[in-house]
Amino acid sequence: MTQEGSTTSGHRGLDAEEPLSFEQGSPDKTGVDLPEPAAGVDRLGGLTRTRPIGLPGLAEPEVVRHYLRLSRQNFCIDGGFYPLGSCTMKHNPRLNEKLARLPGIGDLHPLQPVSTVQGALALIDACAGWLKALTGLPAVAMSPGAGAHGELTGLMTIRAALEDRGDARARVLVPESAHGTNPASARFCGYRVEAIPADRRGRVDVAAMKQKLGPDVAAIMLTNPNTCGLFENDILEIAEAVHDAGAFFYCDGANFNAIVGRVRPGDLGIDCMHINLHKTFSTPHGGGGPGAGPVVLSAALAPFAPVPSVVHGEDGTFRIIEHPCQSDAKPFGRVKGFHGQFGMFVRALAYMMSMGADGLHQASADAVLNANYLMARLDGTLHPAFPGPCMHEALFDEDTLKDTGVTTLDLAKALIDEGFHPMTVYFPLVVHGAMLVEPTETESKQTLDAFIASLKSLVARAHGGDARFFEEAPRLAPRRRLDETRAARQPVLRWRPPAPEIAAE
Amino acid sequence: MRYLPLTEADRRTMLAAIGSETVDALFCDVPSAARLPGPVPGLPNHADELTVERAFQAWAARNLSPANAPCFLGAGAYRHHIPASVDHLIQRGEFLTAYTPYQPEVAQGTLQYLFEFQTQVALATGMEVANASLYDGATATAEAVLMAARITRRSRIVLSGGLHPHAREVTATNARFMNLDLVQLPPDWDGGETASDAVNSATACVVVQNPDVFGRVRDLAPLAATCHAAGALLVVVVNEVVSLGMLRPPGDMGADIVAAEGQSLGNATGFGGPTVGLFATREKFVRQMPGRLVGETVDADGRRGFVLTLSTREQHIRREKATSNICTNSGLCALAFTIHLTLLGEAGFARLAKLNHVAAVSLADRLAAIPAVTVMDGPFFNEFTVHLPKPAVAVVEALAGRGILAGVPAARLFPEADHAAEADARLLVAATETNSEDDMDRFATALEEELR
Ligand SMILES: Cc1ncc(COP(=O)(O)O)c(C=O)c1O
Repeated sequence: MTQEGSTTSGHRGLDAEEPLSFEQGSPDKTGVDLPEPAAGVDRLGGLTRTRPIGLPGLAEPEVVRHYLRLSRQNFCIDGGFYPLGSCTMKHNPRLNEKLARLPGIGDLHPLQPVSTVQGALALIDACAGWLKALTGLPAVAMSPGAGAHGELTGLMTIRAALEDRGDARARVLVPESAHGTNPASARFCGYRVEAIPADRRGRVDVAAMKQKLGPDVAAIMLTNPNTCGLFENDILEIAEAVHDAGAFFYCDGANFNAIVGRVRPGDLGIDCMHINLHKTFSTPHGGGGPGAGPVVLSAALAPFAPVPSVVHGEDGTFRIIEHPCQSDAKPFGRVKGFHGQFGMFVRALAYMMSMGADGLHQASADAVLNANYLMARLDGTLHPAFPGPCMHEALFDEDTLKDTGVTTLDLAKALIDEGFHPMTVYFPLVVHGAMLVEPTETESKQTLDAFIASLKSLVARAHGGDARFFEEAPRLAPRRRLDETRAARQPVLRWRPPAPEIAAE
Repeated sequence: MRYLPLTEADRRTMLAAIGSETVDALFCDVPSAARLPGPVPGLPNHADELTVERAFQAWAARNLSPANAPCFLGAGAYRHHIPASVDHLIQRGEFLTAYTPYQPEVAQGTLQYLFEFQTQVALATGMEVANASLYDGATATAEAVLMAARITRRSRIVLSGGLHPHAREVTATNARFMNLDLVQLPPDWDGGETASDAVNSATACVVVQNPDVFGRVRDLAPLAATCHAAGALLVVVVNEVVSLGMLRPPGDMGADIVAAEGQSLGNATGFGGPTVGLFATREKFVRQMPGRLVGETVDADGRRGFVLTLSTREQHIRREKATSNICTNSGLCALAFTIHLTLLGEAGFARLAKLNHVAAVSLADRLAAIPAVTVMDGPFFNEFTVHLPKPAVAVVEALAGRGILAGVPAARLFPEADHAAEADARLLVAATETNSEDDMDRFATALEEELR
């Protein structure tokens, strides 16, 4: 189609259209010079490939340009405000990256003799030490790959502990407002999931929860601060009821950033909590991972933690327990290859040491202050789902957009044109048209003010009756709205070579 | 503090706008007994870059870097040369500091490289479709087993004794919690395993690794035929993806699901993580797949674009009925993988594989020439097992003392007492394009001296 500013090349100034790598180059080119291998060596027993793979060939400059151009189509924290609620999109320090690549750290092989990796084991131990001190819990299983994996690992630990006392239980209670990974993790741990409702204050309905508690409940999974950005202020009562029922208290620690350095989950009666190092502890989100999800554990759960674990040996050296047969405790098994996300431990530890106890104490204060500032300044513009104060994220519903013809999604897309990444939308599910805004502590007041100004003008525009403006947003992004229905109806999940043209007879 | 932009004046202005006296008052919902009066006790205060860097340098100095020692370790993590542009490109802020592409209009960079990644993985494994990554090869294997159980509605899982023990243990752990029925074949020390014998009409899948943990490669087509005749699926695990540049891919041998560790391309060994799990299958199983999938579509102007799709499989829509609980995966490691493979291209990938094979054959011949060392029989790619006249753990320790990282003792992977008789004397040795002729000579000479 033709449009204003259309060009012959398809590029628009600095915005380049980039074809797939498969649509470029030719198979005989390469971007890596390698020596000619000796001829005639073949001990594959006749199992060599019988056909080419079908990969394109590009020279190095073509490859570099390809990915650089792709990169420019992405929004990122480095480039702008990214208040994606529940994801804690804080600044990612480059010191973390530098240290993760040091020789002797980034290039270690996971199965080197333990005598040759004493520094790496000491580093894991130091990272674990920080996590234990910050959470007030005595043990940590370091190996889970991300938050959801931490949930599964924590629940497995709980189930192992219960089975060890001959008390197999069947149900796990999960609030309706929980992230989807919570019920999914419970299910993959073999439990039946039972939802508990929220009350009108956006918190767990404690009476309803108590009714669901019983001798076959293994655990409650609570997010705290919860996914509405609120602190579960009945938490001590909840913990007591859960423990009285013989169950364990699992906390989804995705929102730990709100309280890190000032509140220790262990002081709240929590038995088990995963920590998303890619959220609270600044390891980069990487376009969707890798993350890391260590799980801190109470003394009652600690013996059942999976392998591997780093332990202090005699004479100040470290050992690593890699198999249950090497352990004096009762590890339930293994959840990941090797020793977990070591590179993420390096980054998180670099961040924790940089921030220190004092810096973390200040960081959670600033994260909460920034969210409350947004909530206060947007009073009258957007409708808070629940009265404040909030913790580190401000949750709004769709109420002020009622009768404008503009939806939460439309508003989000209009924010893209304003140069902001939209907030998390339609999560948590318990709030109609939810908009979950998490500014984090690494944003300045100036950035928040600009965001507030954009939101105010957009909402005013919505009330001015210009619904069409919103339906057509975004206009200024690399793509307009994408047809998701079509993508799901006729899935095209990979490139395929164009069908050879059939020669005319 | 360098990561915090608010000034004291900002904080006062903001508190005034909120109408709160103090920040502490904003924490009023936290039970007061749990509110610490100041920073968490027992931890140091903030530190400047130089101080932090020195601490990490000190940790690094207590390790033996494979950059400073000829390294022949494999067993699921392989040291390859990573072209400089890979690490440069993945550190672009636009890739490094974005998240899951929930807003596709401003995430086409991530979505397009994942679409290309899915295509590369499908092509290299000889399968039809691949997902946008899982945590690692071991968790991908566990996911494959759960998927096979869903598809076949059967619960009997056969795990080959050639599987890497970490993948086997992760799979067994997950399967146990899902009440699946596990048949674990004993370690396949001598390559005599006939997994076909373990297949029956209750079997959901057989899981085999190729090359197996001892380095052996084999034709899986007969096993695939047996599985299919019994209505079971064949899950093939690949721990060294560089092998796919040369070896017949699992798809061509009849695999139904491929679970692979993708570290070898683009990603450093990094003490074992993070890495990237690859997951590929047949088109007809796509709705049972775990993890994110990127699909092609068009935007409102009719231009091609990419989105996350088929998300009704996923936890954020389907909750406890999802095909997996995974959310964050291994995006940036997948990017490193896909850049490295794009740089290599068809010709470079084939050549890289050949260089690995040639290096391993050359090393095997050197080690076989040492009296008292026996190299395993049969075909292999870039890794093989040798039998030593002494416990391999002690030999490896001694060689490490001489600055050579000699391989992975089988006892490290199979530490159970009842495996000692078979494991103790065995050493897993890998060679890649990073090992020079000199490295190999040093290793062979030092090993011969140690065994004397
Ligand atoms: C509240 C909550 N719980 C769990 C998760 C899952 O964490 P991850 O994506 O690291 O697996 C997330 C984040 O995505 C989350 O926001």
